[in-house]
Amino acid sequence: MGLNADAIKIIVRFTLVVPDQGIGCYECLDQIDQYAEKVLAGKEIPDALQLVTTHMQDCPECKEEFEALLAALRAMENSH
Amino acid sequence: MVRGLGFALAKNNVDKSQIEDFVQEALIKILHSYDTFRGESKFTTWAQTIAVRVAFTEMRRLRWRDLSLDQMVETTEFNPDQIVDRSAGPEKQALQESILKTMHKVIDEELTEKQRQALVPDLVKQINQEEVARRLGTNRNALYKLVYDARQKLKKGLLAQGLTAQQIQQAFDL
Repeated sequence: MGLNADAIKIIVRFTLVVPDQGIGCYECLDQIDQYAEKVLAGKEIPDALQLVTTHMQDCPECKEEFEALLAALRAMENSH
Repeated sequence: MVRGLGFALAKNNVDKSQIEDFVQEALIKILHSYDTFRGESKFTTWAQTIAVRVAFTEMRRLRWRDLSLDQMVETTEFNPDQIVDRSAGPEKQALQESILKTMHKVIDEELTEKQRQALVPDLVKQINQEEVARRLGTNRNALYKLVYDARQKLKKGLLAQGLTAQQIQQAFDL
């Protein structure tokens, strides 16, 4: 028993897309509130928050939380 | 906040009483970490962020709680000869073989034990990071970094062969 071809392909794929610079989940989540507000306001993401974008492209869990947060903020905004 | 969380979790099939539980827990967290609020966003945004985090952490924990340690542990061993696609042309086969041998070497000789343990549950099985981290005695943040570093090592090793990322992708039809 060991890794099969599909598993190997998945590892290769994830290896090739690893971002050159990365922050961890905590650092990303720590800034997710400001990030979400920028997105909500239609503002450009500043350089200081670029790595949050990068991380979310690389981390489905953080991305999922961000999208849920955005949905909540949007809905709450629209209901005022 | 209950309404907000309801919108946040619209895709996740959560009933109202569970949402209320999440909000309760979030309120406690907010009270306890009030002094960490830095004012970089509105207070309501910050509070909503905490509620979302509490909810997702709990939902993921519940989803994966029945997973046994056995199901999570997966060897990173493999035999390059058995993975090569023998129906491909000879050139492609040779390329695959070369890449696989490099991968095998990097995994075996350059990755740390923890990196090896994290690789399959995280990338291949896509098990919730918090859960994998817990079983490995670490946290989600450290786990992400473990796998990130492992991937960096692999990427470096693969590119050191003189192939481009595109060539590697094409070799495996990715």
